[in-house]
Amino acid sequence: MSRFEYAPAPESRAIVDIKSSYGLFVNGAFVEATDGKPFKTVSPASEEVLAEVSEAGPADVDKAVRAARKAFEKVWGPMAGRDRAKYLFRIARLIQERARELAVLESLDNGKPIRESRDVDIPLVAAHFFYYAGWADKLEYAGAGEDPRPWGVAGQVIPWNFPLLMLAWKIAPALAAGNTVVLKPAETTPLTALAFAEICQQADLPPGVVNIVTGAGRTGQALVEHPDVNKVAFTGSTAVGRAIAKSVAGTDKAVTLELGGKAANIVFEDAPIDQTIEGIVNGIFFNQGHVCCAGSRLLVQESVYDEVLGRLKRRMETLRVGDPLDKNTDIGAINSAAQLARIRELAQIGEDEGSERWSPECELPAQGYWFPPTVFTGVSQAHRIAREEIFGPVLSVLTFRTPAEAVEKANNTPFGLSAGIWTEKGSRILWMANQLRAGVVWANTFNRFDPTSPFGGYKESGYGREGGRHGLEAYLAH
Amino acid sequence: MPTKDSGRLEVRKTYKLYVGGAFPRSESGRSYVVNNAKGKFLANASQASRKDARDAVVAARKAFGGWSAKTAYNRGQILYRIAEVMEGRHEQFSAEVAASEGLSIAKARGVVDASIDRWVWYAGWADKIAQVVGSSNPVAGPYFDFSLPEATGVVAVLAPQESSLLGLTSVIAPAIVSGNTVVAVSSFERPLPAVTLGEVMATSDLPGGVVNILTGSATEIGPWLASHLDVNAIDLAGIDDLDEARELEAAAAENLKRVRRPADEDWAESPGLSRLTQYLELKTVWHPIGV
Repeated sequence: MSRFEYAPAPESRAIVDIKSSYGLFVNGAFVEATDGKPFKTVSPASEEVLAEVSEAGPADVDKAVRAARKAFEKVWGPMAGRDRAKYLFRIARLIQERARELAVLESLDNGKPIRESRDVDIPLVAAHFFYYAGWADKLEYAGAGEDPRPWGVAGQVIPWNFPLLMLAWKIAPALAAGNTVVLKPAETTPLTALAFAEICQQADLPPGVVNIVTGAGRTGQALVEHPDVNKVAFTGSTAVGRAIAKSVAGTDKAVTLELGGKAANIVFEDAPIDQTIEGIVNGIFFNQGHVCCAGSRLLVQESVYDEVLGRLKRRMETLRVGDPLDKNTDIGAINSAAQLARIRELAQIGEDEGSERWSPECELPAQGYWFPPTVFTGVSQAHRIAREEIFGPVLSVLTFRTPAEAVEKANNTPFGLSAGIWTEKGSRILWMANQLRAGVVWANTFNRFDPTSPFGGYKESGYGREGGRHGLEAYLAH
Repeated sequence: MPTKDSGRLEVRKTYKLYVGGAFPRSESGRSYVVNNAKGKFLANASQASRKDARDAVVAARKAFGGWSAKTAYNRGQILYRIAEVMEGRHEQFSAEVAASEGLSIAKARGVVDASIDRWVWYAGWADKIAQVVGSSNPVAGPYFDFSLPEATGVVAVLAPQESSLLGLTSVIAPAIVSGNTVVAVSSFERPLPAVTLGEVMATSDLPGGVVNILTGSATEIGPWLASHLDVNAIDLAGIDDLDEARELEAAAAENLKRVRRPADEDWAESPGLSRLTQYLELKTVWHPIGV
């Protein structure tokens, strides 16, 4: 198939100034870690070392929690809601002012295409702070009673797939409600969280209100198990979420968990075909498939299977995989070597279990971590690629004949985060939306996010909601 | 215990489990002695086993689809019907509560009044909760976006040990009003009002399996319910021992159950919404707007 060639159109990285090393952000200042070793964060597109980052040990986490406690008791807790609101508005504006820099930094550290970090991640980050800023002086209307109180110190652990956006989902409602926070970014993507620490300084946010401790699982464990943390919020794998739920058992800690998913994206024979194909592509290849709510199980009505698959493959042939900073790139780099190994392993299992694997011809860069957009057909519900979260650009295709069968297959999973429905029939959309056991249902669209819109899962996809009034309620004691 | 002064020998009741709309004995064949507050024999109760708990979960799961799909109006009427039928058995409940909890008959009547009124209160919530906790979300784009609450699924309830009827009502009603189904373990020492409540439910148009009541030990059965992978939430109200509560919560983490931790609760107080909302999942639906 002939196609237009694109000239490279790279976004300049001159806009970011990455330091060679970073400390922890505790009590308003960058400090050296006392009991952990520094570690490196790399660009997954080139394996180039971007910076050295400090690993926070239990003693560092303790310092951060103490700073947060003090700030909660002395400054942030007693502060008038309207003033907390103004700080959050300031932060929202600073993010908008530095949006391009943050987008480039995010794409460098995470590997996601600049088109996504620039047009999706960072605008949503600013929008979240702007939205929750307005709640800070209106808490009595949030549904947690007439005299709502914050929990106190929130310990927050976030993943690497949307580093700054997940930070915003966690920090904005926590601060609006009057909590102070200690947040641990993922070990492979700490840089935008550290840039956010600078933004807190530029906003003159009182010391200790936001503390950022970098590190891996050990640091996160020290944080969620710290006895002086009142509220735990985690986004990440179901396995780690389960461990956190176990570790807080018997405590007074409030917990919200946003975990894995294996969303069904369901295509009926009357679906608007062009939009549907775009929706399928967006559902699974957005952010390299590193999305907990990704539409990773495509359920196609048998009567349109051939047409949908044919068009999907044609569309996949036009996807451009490569340099995250190139504005033409559709699919960037896999975030880490470990994640790439996991995707490869599950894809191999898919083949071994008898599914048929297909990827468009595409040249992958020699350096860095890459995986081509991939579709598996002939997948049965028992196959591991239909049951386990792959967290990569890998789509498993199953078929169905009746709406009831589609519901049965869609709900046949321990997860329950999201689902998609494609049909022109309004009554069927509403019936399906009713039947699907998932926290977010996208009908004739997919992977939409908004700060006013609650997000979170059923069953083993976790509990609690982020976004909207419900997301605020999660940070208020009641 | 209903006694008669007429000299007629009374017909006593056999107290059994309530599972799937039927009243079986424990499959284990076990029963245990239930005494009144002064230590005098009242009855033998079935002592539910692990197998009974699993059967009850199967019944609750089977009932979930139909119960949660009923209109909220219909569910509200059925909860109200429970109150109506309880009212007709007021004397029986009062006698059982008085004997079990060691209350004067006057105080026991007050507890039964409060229990019936609580069913009425929750009945009214069935078709209102979605408007209170749901929302329309003004997203920044051409999409219609709304959030509505749905039932979590099968809820295991370890009912309060002291408050044998009002406490039990206060933990079952908030779960079923929104469409959840329940497996409840009654107070161990005061199980008789729970069995009678099951008999009320069986005659109140409540579909079999929506509420299943096991008499027996929460300490024995609790761990099997907490670790059961087809249970979606658990209420630890009846667990007084903190270590036991911690272990049950840890076991419940295996499939990320929603856990209601035990707390000092005054069941006579107005319950508020937190228990009702604990067993709700919020679903957000998006659709594009266009011509």
